[in-house]
Amino acid sequence: MEQATHSGLKPAPLNTAVAVEMIGVHKWYGDFHVLRDINLHVTKGERIVICGPSGSGKSTLIRCINRLEEHQQGRIVVDGVELTNDVKKIDEIRRDVGMVFQHFNLFPHLTVLENLTLAPIWVRKQPRKAAEEIAMHYLQRVKIPEQAAKFPGQLSGGQQQRVAIARALCMNPKIMLFDEPTSALDPEMVKEVLDTMVELAKDGMTMLVVTHEMGFARQVANRVVFMDEGQIVEMAAPEEFFASPKHERTKLFLSQILR
Amino acid sequence: MSDIATMTDANLAFVQRAPIAPMRPPLTEAGAIGWLRKNLFSSLFNVVLTLLCALLVVWIVPPMVKFLIVDAVWDGATRIDCLPSPQRPEVGACWAFVIERLGFFTYGFYPFEERWRVDLFFALLAVGIVWLAWLNAPARGLAAINFFVVVPILSYILLLGWPAIGLPRVETTQWGGVLVTIVVAWVGIVVSLPLGILLALGRRSRLPAVRLFSVIFIEFVRGVPLITVLFMASVMLPLFVPDTWSPDKLLRALVGVALFASAYMAEVVRAGLQAMPKGQYEAAMAVGLSYWQMMRLIILPQALKITIPNIVNSYVALFKDTTLVFIVGIFDFLRAIEAARIDPQWATPVTSTTGYAFAAIFYFICCYAMSRYARYVEARLAAGDRR
Repeated sequence: MEQATHSGLKPAPLNTAVAVEMIGVHKWYGDFHVLRDINLHVTKGERIVICGPSGSGKSTLIRCINRLEEHQQGRIVVDGVELTNDVKKIDEIRRDVGMVFQHFNLFPHLTVLENLTLAPIWVRKQPRKAAEEIAMHYLQRVKIPEQAAKFPGQLSGGQQQRVAIARALCMNPKIMLFDEPTSALDPEMVKEVLDTMVELAKDGMTMLVVTHEMGFARQVANRVVFMDEGQIVEMAAPEEFFASPKHERTKLFLSQILR
Repeated sequence: MSDIATMTDANLAFVQRAPIAPMRPPLTEAGAIGWLRKNLFSSLFNVVLTLLCALLVVWIVPPMVKFLIVDAVWDGATRIDCLPSPQRPEVGACWAFVIERLGFFTYGFYPFEERWRVDLFFALLAVGIVWLAWLNAPARGLAAINFFVVVPILSYILLLGWPAIGLPRVETTQWGGVLVTIVVAWVGIVVSLPLGILLALGRRSRLPAVRLFSVIFIEFVRGVPLITVLFMASVMLPLFVPDTWSPDKLLRALVGVALFASAYMAEVVRAGLQAMPKGQYEAAMAVGLSYWQMMRLIILPQALKITIPNIVNSYVALFKDTTLVFIVGIFDFLRAIEAARIDPQWATPVTSTTGYAFAAIFYFICCYAMSRYARYVEARLAAGDRR
């Protein structure tokens, strides 16, 4: 069962440069307490997989990192910038944090290439030509350069998700957030997306991944975070997490999904 | 147990050995007969409906053709030509009247020797519209600037006059007919879309003051009839501003129509914004676009696209609503026909009918052209999605 773990992957870096720091973060939707006292410290180059049952707050957690959701208590510091209501700081963080969504969220009225060059041109103010070169480079990396002129609606789910990854990479992000990137895909297409993500991990990208792909977690993660009812229940290196989970809730969850 | 297992193995296992070639559909499904059966006579109810519609056509169309074309008087100089006579016991539409009064219908009381300016304005507008509306036209960015900036400025100078460059001033009280109808509709159309978009965004804004203003404006303007807005603009506004500063009567009506149309447009656009998936907003924010960039590059292009049928619907309604400006004393196309049809010089039994028929044809052509254009754009955009 044990895969050839960490093949080609660097171990978690020892330097303590902080990528994301969450201290005592709380969030409510109305009366509903979705995030409860979240403390998470992610160093640069680290790869974190977050799992847990649906409604446990894992998506909300990573969406707080680029302010798609607002937290009400606690501190979130991303790459040295603290998230406040200051729009400038939010923009600064969003420029450096790429995000990949469950439902891809490509812009359907733009071609693949335009999807990729839009933010570099308008946000980073790159010249169109340079932006297109970078975009083609990343399309090559996700192995679909031939689709550049097509519209998202003409691509398969797996291809769309790879375009979405390339779109995020074109902004040259320091941190990548993945919100269940393979959950909306047909089973045949999961692998191509996961392979792309593994490649990314090998390049040393800081990644926070919400996923139920436990094979990916074993292979790539430095740490696995298990959440339930808005709390971090258990956090451990993947070997330890899968071999000897400590918390009863974690054991139950793993027994459900690793049959 | 073992019985079932054996049976499954023996009878249910299946492997397709040769592909099945596609076949033509049965004749009843394709061709003219198939089409008729499917579309006109598919059930008893539809058969009855088809026959009723056929009857309706037979009942209406021949008399209409007879009146408008067969019995119509095409040339003639006076009312005598349109009166029933022993040679011509049945008189249809008196097109001679329309032809003779065409200048009046088009320009109103615009001075005869200056009418070329109106013609030039129509030409400018037509070129502007075609350039902007033709999706394959060259330099479409310039077309927009032309339509929204150059044409309005030129039109203003051209129509109102600029004595310094040798164009004598023509007061708006002398304007009339098609000219006024086109000016009112055009200003309403050009102003209402951008203003409506701003109001729609304002209504969804997170800033309470902006939202409150937008909601109050939209609900207030939508809550009163256009006639009330026009009365307010033409009667009440002068009470509040000093006499010397009191704006032109036509201008007041234009402002009224434009604001009224904007409020409706705002709701149309808002419906489109509402229909956009949340993921589009999130993806746009996540790549770092600012609010205005997100709206301009991601949300509005998609939202306006799905709103095109409703936008055009508003435009068609607006175009017809312009006839209401005659209530505040502005001489639009319909008012020109009203004035001409009661003119004793052309008093015949068919003058009024002919005038109204002409008005109906004019409004129909304009509105139908708009709706056809909308269909063309929709089809083009749909093709873009499939491409």
